Amino acid sequence: MPFFVFSALFLVLPVSYLVVGSFQDSVTHQPTLQNYIDLTDPNIVLAYSTSIEISLVTAIGGGIFGFLLAYAVILGGLPRFLRSLLMTFSGVASNFASIPLALAFTFTLGLQGLVTKLLLDGLGIDLYSKQIGFSIYQKLGLELVYLYFQFPLMILIVAPAIDGLKLEWREASENLGASSRQYWQHIALPILLPTLMGTTILLFGNSFGAQATAYQLTAGLVPLVTNLITAQISGDVFHNVNLGYALAMGMVVIMGISITGYSLLQRRSERWLR
Amino acid sequence: MKVSRVLSWVVFIIGVLYFLVPLYATLEFSLRTRVPFAAYTNVLFKDPQFAGSLLYSAIIGIITILVSLLIIVPTAYWVRLKLPRLRPVVEFVTLLPFVIPPLILVFGLLRAYAVGPLALTGSDLGLNILVVAAYVVLSFPYMYRAVDSGLQAINVRSLTEAAQSMGAGWTRILITVIFPNIRVALLSGAFLTFAIVIGEYTIASFLVRPAFGPYLALLGHDKAFEPAAVSIISFGLTWMAMGMIAVLGRGSRQRIQVAGAR
Amino acid sequence: MSFLELTDVQKRFGETIAVEGFNLAAEKGEFVSFLGPSGCGKTTTLRMIAGFEQPTAGTIRINGEDVTYRSPNKRNVGMVFQSYALFPNMTVADNIGFGLKVRKRPKDQIRKRVDELLDIVNLPEKGSRFPYQLSGGQQQRVALARALAFEPEILLLDEPLSALDAKIRVALRHEIRSIQRQLGITTVYVTHDQEEALSLSDRVVVMSEGRMEQVGTPFEIYNFPTTAFVASFVGTLNVLPGLVTDAGKGELTIAGQPVRLEKAFEGNLGREVSVALRPEMVSLGSEGGQNRLTGKVIDVSFLGSIVRIRIGLASGGSEPGPTVILDEFNEPTLTLPQLGETATISFPQVGPLVLEAKAAVQSVEELIAEA
Repeated sequence: MPFFVFSALFLVLPVSYLVVGSFQDSVTHQPTLQNYIDLTDPNIVLAYSTSIEISLVTAIGGGIFGFLLAYAVILGGLPRFLRSLLMTFSGVASNFASIPLALAFTFTLGLQGLVTKLLLDGLGIDLYSKQIGFSIYQKLGLELVYLYFQFPLMILIVAPAIDGLKLEWREASENLGASSRQYWQHIALPILLPTLMGTTILLFGNSFGAQATAYQLTAGLVPLVTNLITAQISGDVFHNVNLGYALAMGMVVIMGISITGYSLLQRRSERWLR
Repeated sequence: MKVSRVLSWVVFIIGVLYFLVPLYATLEFSLRTRVPFAAYTNVLFKDPQFAGSLLYSAIIGIITILVSLLIIVPTAYWVRLKLPRLRPVVEFVTLLPFVIPPLILVFGLLRAYAVGPLALTGSDLGLNILVVAAYVVLSFPYMYRAVDSGLQAINVRSLTEAAQSMGAGWTRILITVIFPNIRVALLSGAFLTFAIVIGEYTIASFLVRPAFGPYLALLGHDKAFEPAAVSIISFGLTWMAMGMIAVLGRGSRQRIQVAGAR
Repeated sequence: MSFLELTDVQKRFGETIAVEGFNLAAEKGEFVSFLGPSGCGKTTTLRMIAGFEQPTAGTIRINGEDVTYRSPNKRNVGMVFQSYALFPNMTVADNIGFGLKVRKRPKDQIRKRVDELLDIVNLPEKGSRFPYQLSGGQQQRVALARALAFEPEILLLDEPLSALDAKIRVALRHEIRSIQRQLGITTVYVTHDQEEALSLSDRVVVMSEGRMEQVGTPFEIYNFPTTAFVASFVGTLNVLPGLVTDAGKGELTIAGQPVRLEKAFEGNLGREVSVALRPEMVSLGSEGGQNRLTGKVIDVSFLGSIVRIRIGLASGGSEPGPTVILDEFNEPTLTLPQLGETATISFPQVGPLVLEAKAAVQSVEELIAEA
């Protein structure tokens, strides 16, 4: 089956190369666990924790606001056409190539950005001043940028789930005497929870693996795992390629966990709703 | 329900602001040149690299789509019909590109094919092959999902059995019965793949390909207004691709495919 | 004062009138059915009683209280939905107890009540199951238990059996009725299946296009339909075209053959009318009544306990004449007529109804053509 051949060649092989390489020493090519031990280097740990932190923030933030937005256009009583508009836009935005996205935010909130200037001239607020200390090239700025593709992802996945909340359930709960809040507390949210959690986990993985945007904005400024790996491939900082493999493996593990979590939760909710 | 409607509007407007302001900022910036629209004309007409890189990415995109289709469609078809037990395996493999971000993939590719019998990184042709292969792998999740849901919608088993009972062989069935009926699914998968390829940066830049993504990045470092213009153009192109998918998908019950970050 | 009162209830959706002029007074403990084809307004009316729709005119009173504009979660009615609407994330026990939980009853009281209801609906060990693990019939019973748990004043059922197999439907509807009798709860039952309505109800409301056609006991509705619609919708009906000869004496012709009815009716000489005749009134042979018609046997269908015979009457011209359907009880000693045989049929002078010609009555043929 050509499919498996292809996958083997171009997917499995490279990855196994990395896996094997991560257990090898770069100079002597002897098997070693040193690379993994090296992962505990404070710089690297910092990179991992920063990446994790950013991913958590954008996953949860993206999850909550994305859900609210999806709810607003589907059940919140807004005009019908806004929903398809949001859906199409989300499709575009989640695909919005990373470089233009980084650029767009530079134009908005960078040193010379539109909003930065507006706040300065209009309200006298200097975002980049010492007190506020904001910068698009730092962690907070990056999080803001990441949300641009996290929201749409959440919206696109959650929308069908919200659709799946049958009207009769709401009516049945009203008929049995429940208030709106009780409906959400006992029925709607529990039903949606697997999807919400699963998607949030997916968002986490998504954010963790983002490379282009991160590099464009924060190369050298913010310690991120993807930035480190990029440096590896470009041969900039370390000359320890195998360490790079180990880094990559760490990433794969994290992504793997996130995808598995998502699949399991999706399956659970599908079982209920059969 | 009155309160909730106000809240809905508030949420919506915040969302709109968040999404549109950066776009507007980019647009505004791109128009700040002394000669109006100069950035656009510079890019579109005076910069050979714009057209060149766009063309390159477009061609790569089309090749990717074709290769991907040729692999995915028969596979999805067979799995559905003959080997349903393989289904979880195939689905797992198509999920892998999510687990293995492009960064890691290209890292692995570079290392695996740098030396030895499978050396591909030495030549232009080799690198092109690698890039197409990488994109094909990247497109698997979306192509497979699109094709699979298309097959599900047309009740593949019955169609095949009907065709077989009339004497058709496998290739004929695939070409004349299956492909035409999942056209919409194929097209939506194709458009999505195209959008991904055009915008992709990581793999293209590390494989040193003259693609659109790296072109943009370079532009961003050199010039001021042009990148803004190109961003707007690329946004417009992506919007068109998505719009096509939405229009095509109107008749059938397709899920809108979702892409991740890069 | 009746327990459930609907007075001049009207529901309008923009330009369309879904329900109009609906009047009903149901006693406590009564089982009333709303019967009619899809789109006749029966479900809309039910939903107005439940509170999911608000009437554009008229009032609804339950036990004397005006609940017309009260929100659905403040009425004391229990509803069984067509699709069951069981909460998928809760067990059967939690589903049933939900109404009590919302009313803040203590946990052990809830548990006791849930067990009681599981017994009543005959699902004793199923409390910890989830809805997706149950069959359709079981889910329906859970829905019923859930609606009854908090002891509502009125029970509403919206085509609860339409999604089930025929055998289960029959068994379940008896169960529903016996539970209802046992609890003595006022019930409104919406259905398009006239067999259901007739076999279960104390009274039936036949509806069509938003209006009430007739209200009465099943016996009355079946035997004394007051409109053409009711006559044709409830039970099988022969509708034969006739020409008036002498209305005052009840004389007319059907397919050219003379017929006399006991009751006089309206119409001038030569006027076209329709005569409605139940199959069980017609007999093969000459012993069934004073009126006799001759025709050819077109079809003989074996329906189990009944044999259904179709006789084609002669017509004047090239088109086939009207068909008469008659039912005979199935007996092993029966000699069935042959196809194409000439046959005589007979029916009494009391019973047939004269309706307006070309009344809005659908024959089987028309229904098939529309399907």
